[in-house]
Amino acid sequence: MWLGNDLKLPQTRLTIVSYIILGMIALLLVGFWKLQVIDSDRYTQLAERNRVRTIPLIAPRGRMLDREGRVLVDNYPSFSVLLLRDDAQQVERSLPQVAEGLGIPLEDLHKQLDESRGLPKFQPILIKPEASPADIAFIESHRADLQVLEMVMVHRRRYLPNGFMAHAAGYVGEVSPELLENSNGRYRPGDFEGKSGLERQYNDVLVGTDGLRRVLVNSIGKEVGRLDQKEAIPGKAIQLTIDYDLQVVAEQALTGRKGAVVALDPRTGDVLAMASHPAPDSNLFAVRIPREEWKRLNEDPDRPLLNRAIQAQLAPGSVFKIVMATAMLESKAIPESFSVYCSGVTDFYGRAFHCWEKRGHGLVTLHNAVVHSCDVFFYNVGKHLGIDRIAYYASQLGLGRKSGIDLPAEQTGLMPSEEWKERVFHQRWFPGETISVSVGQGAIVATPLQLARTIGGIAMGGIFRQPHLLLDAKKVGEERFSISEQTTEKVTQAMFGVVNEGGTAAGVRLQGIELCGKTGSAQVIGAEGLKRAGRQTRFKDNAWFVGYAPRRKPEIVVAVLVQEGEHGASAAAPVARDVIKAYYDKKSRRNQQQLTVEYKRYQVNPDAALAGFQALRKPVSRPLEANSAQTAH
Amino acid sequence: MREYDWWLLLFAFAICGLGMVEIYSATHNSHLAGMHWRQLSWIGLGLLCMLVLSRVDYHQILDQSPVLYLIGIAALVLVLAVGRTRFGAKRWLPVLGAFLQVSELVKLIIIIVLARFFSEVRTEQLALAELVKAGFLVGLPLGLILLQPDLGTAMVLVPMALVGAFLAGLQWKHALAMIALGAMMLPIGWHFLKPYQKERVETFLRPEEDPKGSGYQILQSKIAVGAGGFWGKGLGQGSQNQGGFVPVRYSDFILAALAEELGFVGVFVTLLLYAGLLLRLVQNAQRASDRAGMYLVMGVAAVLGFHVLVNVAMVIGYMPVTGIPLPLMSYGGSATLFVYLSLGLVMNVRIRRFVN
Repeated sequence: MWLGNDLKLPQTRLTIVSYIILGMIALLLVGFWKLQVIDSDRYTQLAERNRVRTIPLIAPRGRMLDREGRVLVDNYPSFSVLLLRDDAQQVERSLPQVAEGLGIPLEDLHKQLDESRGLPKFQPILIKPEASPADIAFIESHRADLQVLEMVMVHRRRYLPNGFMAHAAGYVGEVSPELLENSNGRYRPGDFEGKSGLERQYNDVLVGTDGLRRVLVNSIGKEVGRLDQKEAIPGKAIQLTIDYDLQVVAEQALTGRKGAVVALDPRTGDVLAMASHPAPDSNLFAVRIPREEWKRLNEDPDRPLLNRAIQAQLAPGSVFKIVMATAMLESKAIPESFSVYCSGVTDFYGRAFHCWEKRGHGLVTLHNAVVHSCDVFFYNVGKHLGIDRIAYYASQLGLGRKSGIDLPAEQTGLMPSEEWKERVFHQRWFPGETISVSVGQGAIVATPLQLARTIGGIAMGGIFRQPHLLLDAKKVGEERFSISEQTTEKVTQAMFGVVNEGGTAAGVRLQGIELCGKTGSAQVIGAEGLKRAGRQTRFKDNAWFVGYAPRRKPEIVVAVLVQEGEHGASAAAPVARDVIKAYYDKKSRRNQQQLTVEYKRYQVNPDAALAGFQALRKPVSRPLEANSAQTAH
Repeated sequence: MREYDWWLLLFAFAICGLGMVEIYSATHNSHLAGMHWRQLSWIGLGLLCMLVLSRVDYHQILDQSPVLYLIGIAALVLVLAVGRTRFGAKRWLPVLGAFLQVSELVKLIIIIVLARFFSEVRTEQLALAELVKAGFLVGLPLGLILLQPDLGTAMVLVPMALVGAFLAGLQWKHALAMIALGAMMLPIGWHFLKPYQKERVETFLRPEEDPKGSGYQILQSKIAVGAGGFWGKGLGQGSQNQGGFVPVRYSDFILAALAEELGFVGVFVTLLLYAGLLLRLVQNAQRASDRAGMYLVMGVAAVLGFHVLVNVAMVIGYMPVTGIPLPLMSYGGSATLFVYLSLGLVMNVRIRRFVN
């Protein structure tokens, strides 16, 4: 039987095995000693590099909507193509195919790879910032064989094309190094912020809060686990006072011209339209504007980056006569019945001052002087009032100071006075300067927005609402400058006459709409300057028109500037008319729709027939004015 | 019951306890949380098996060794034919609703078969013919396990045969010849390795060339161990372990996790426990009532010792990644059951040490 092994146990060999075991354990302990005691510092450092990495989840910027909720500024998802460089051999092998598939010159890729040699290997490089649908298709279809390509989604800003509302909306750009430093980590390099316009004004509302994902990466940067994720909070949308339909009219009217249009609702301060031309295509800024393009925009003599609606400081010309008329009536320094004989030229302080109408206007009173824009009449008014009184009223009516609109970099304009000239030029005020200022020339300059606000405020009887672009603005400032009922009545009648009594803007008369306004044609440089410039260079007059409707308590006031447009009546007034007409067309359509809705309700719910009928009766009374507007064509 | 080796069990329980604590620490804040309780149930089941196995006289078990051998071979063939593929290898057979690694069972069978084989050798010196026979006895299952493929487990069979042969009176000239033969076989065997196995060996030899693949595992393991320092970072405080940088930190690399959190002190205690366990096994072998009992106990010692050596050496980068778990510490049902069953054999021999 196999059990009968009578040999003794090999005790010696067993003991040898014991020593082998002890030796083995000792050897292993030496190994641990080396790692944990002798080299511990080195490995501690390596462990430090195994770290938590945070990956930002970019919050999309808030959209901009018009007053009816139509999208004006939007985002679109854009894909950037990344090249993963972990596997150098694979990269080298795939490069020709990548170059061909994405349409990037092979040398460029090699150059980029060379430049990024110093970066950690796990950090991919961006080889194409904006992947086209074809690029995306290419990457998707080569997922298996071109593993070196990866895409990341970012949100890019999308503006309406052709510079639509470009200045009011503004644009975004990568955060500046200064802001980066001062933001206490709120911004990271490559983040976008609003650089101008509403993008900048309401940047804090629009930006939202980026989320983040915390992942664990090991010492070679490979993601080994996900800790947590904080979702991005998209930026809030802002609803603007802008009416897309009116904006379209304004933009179209300015196409190919240099100028600005501002439409306000003087009752609320709502900016219904704001256009400035020439305008840059803000979409250029949404990715990363090429340096040459940026240079071109900045050096363009037409200054496309200037928001003329709030930044063009130009002589208001005859539009200023409305301020003069108000000042004359309110100050009572001159009787209402004051009249002047205009022969086309007059003489003050030994110098000849011409009326634009060389044949002269004959005997003019205030009303006629406004309607026909008689310069001689207002020269005399100015002489009687004196510059300080003019400056007081102009300033009270909003000139020479900011309107407070919610846009960055609004210009103040300038209302000159004796004190001003003394302070700035250390010179005495010449009485002759007052004569020029009386017709909106000389040192006085204003922005289109200021003029719209001033004329609208006068027509409102002295109530000046702070212009604003944010629809539900919490605190809208209001200034009151008491203008007497008679003054308001007289001045607005005169502006009514400009359009409706054969005045300077008779050509823009609208049936059924009380369109009022004042034209202006302002010289760009003085008569002497013009002489000096010679005949080669022609400095055409700037054309102005500030129109509003209806005559009292206006709903809309539109200031139009067409630079080098020469005549306010022909170049600027039709633009204001078109915007105002668009406003009334919309209004009558809206009222009609309301009628239809009421009618339907009446039909659908016969049980409530009586109640419905009574409800129906109310709106019926309102569309009357709209009906008249409809026949205005 | 008094005849049980309580010291041996104490060492085993201490190691299991450390293992459970570390499994908990490594997995409590991941989707694997609660793993330590499952491990505990495997330990419980293992103790039950140990108890049962220690009751049956080992001579009766040795009597059945030809049958057991056939069962083992059949199971290995079966697993190749119908086994479940997990992690790229066919190793699991569904038994009692769980998946058992057949090779663990085969290890136990080979311990028994070799004990029977060597106890039939009646000369002080092991004849060459007997040595070759032993080689074939081990070679067949080893080849089948290699086909799964499971290089790690296949390798475990080698020290079993070597330790048995050594105790059976292996001659020095044969030993030298075997070493020479092994050296010659190395390049040939290289061709039969799977690509991933080659890669592991290559990265072991030149870890810097591939810090992302298996070289990465060893590097991360070494970082964890080294960062632990002398006193360790404290339980649940190891950034390498908690951050998931230590690969399979609850199983094959559990000692790396322990080294980080409990430091050199913890490793020292752990390795001392293993030394105690292994020396206690040798002591039991020395006190066995016959050579058959000694071979059984030393077979167990060879397997466990080899596991400890290969696993720990891998953790500190002295050996390539082979997928051999640390006995009693690493999480794993089949492995835990195997260890307790083999301890059952040891108890069996110990209980009957005064019989003759």
